[in-house]
Amino acid sequence: MTGAIQQLGIDTLNSLARLGRRAQFLLQTLSGIGSLLWRPGLVVAQLESVGVRSLVIIVVSGLFVGMVLGLQGYNTLVDFGAEESLGVVVALSLVRELGPVVAALLFAGRAGSALAAEIGLMKATEQLDGMAMMAVDPVKRVIAPRFLAAFIAMPLLAAVFSAVGVLGGYVVGVEWLGVDGGAYWSQMQGKVDLYEDVYNGVIKSIVFGFAIAWLATFEGYDAQPTAEGVAKATTRTVVQSALVVLMLDFILTALMFGEI
Amino acid sequence: MNTRATEIGVGLFVLLGLLALGFLAVQVSNLSSMGNGDGYRVTARFENIGGLKVRSPVTVGGVRVGKVHAINYDMHTFEAVVVMDIQPQYTLFPEDTSASIFTAGLLGEQYISLEPGGAEAILQAGDQIMLTQSALVLEQIIGQFLFGKASESGDL
Repeated sequence: MTGAIQQLGIDTLNSLARLGRRAQFLLQTLSGIGSLLWRPGLVVAQLESVGVRSLVIIVVSGLFVGMVLGLQGYNTLVDFGAEESLGVVVALSLVRELGPVVAALLFAGRAGSALAAEIGLMKATEQLDGMAMMAVDPVKRVIAPRFLAAFIAMPLLAAVFSAVGVLGGYVVGVEWLGVDGGAYWSQMQGKVDLYEDVYNGVIKSIVFGFAIAWLATFEGYDAQPTAEGVAKATTRTVVQSALVVLMLDFILTALMFGEI
Repeated sequence: MNTRATEIGVGLFVLLGLLALGFLAVQVSNLSSMGNGDGYRVTARFENIGGLKVRSPVTVGGVRVGKVHAINYDMHTFEAVVVMDIQPQYTLFPEDTSASIFTAGLLGEQYISLEPGGAEAILQAGDQIMLTQSALVLEQIIGQFLFGKASESGDL
């Protein structure tokens, strides 16, 4: 009995300490970003690994999500004779929700896990300690560029996802199912608002990018320096990113579009 | 991978992302129709606007020429006042143009349809469209239909 209570106490204290480390880590990382202005090459190299290499999965998924939306939307709308509104359905779903959220989930799986594993492995092989020994701040040299790169890449990838998805919906709806192409675009332009829909979607993807960048770099940096610890950190990154993205999405949607 | 290839790849990636954002802004959203926002504004008064909303389309002969800018209610005349933005390339509507509120499809959105008249004078910015026809409210039509049926059978 006492053992269980003690364990509860240990867990609580550990998670509180973790929360504190997390906040402290974020402050260190953010203050390290300033020094990157003199070393842009570091960020470029990371943008290559988290951004450019995520492009294929984002484009392919975006295309298929858009095509499925086109197909399902058409099947539903055609019953009401409203298949001309297909463009609105596809564009609003993508720009408001699916673009930022699905891109963020894919990004967490593709890039977030890689970031956590890489940083965790650097810690396990004592590279981070080695840098600190040579008076190189590992937060500035290793963490900050990765954080910034993930933060920059995420909104761009979400925008690519939405844009490709709209084109995928066009291919299925207009080219295959015979919806009028002019109606597809004009109804879309009539109903999708630049500020209300597109900007809010971009804001969502920026928030998700920040969350994933923070989670992934922190989990790697805070990993137990063992093979098992790195594996756990990677798993935690993906699971927590997915949960955080979906929860944040609900909160942001309620704030942006809800009447709460 | 050498630095140059990396940098070109990243440059292309950022460019692609920005292009996608631009595509969303220009092709997907209403930026293109907002861009030429220097159109002119006319108002119309309706007894009942039905489900008309701000940003509902304004059409002439089915062609979209503008959108609803604002909807107010005049407490003196008890009429709805609809302010419309007409795009600048569509000038030269006659002064006695009439405005009606129609529904796209049976359950579709409501829009304003303008019907040009035959007057010489041209509709100017700030003018009011005098001839208007209110929205058809489905419940009223059904009600009238049922009422008509009832009185018909009462006659027999």
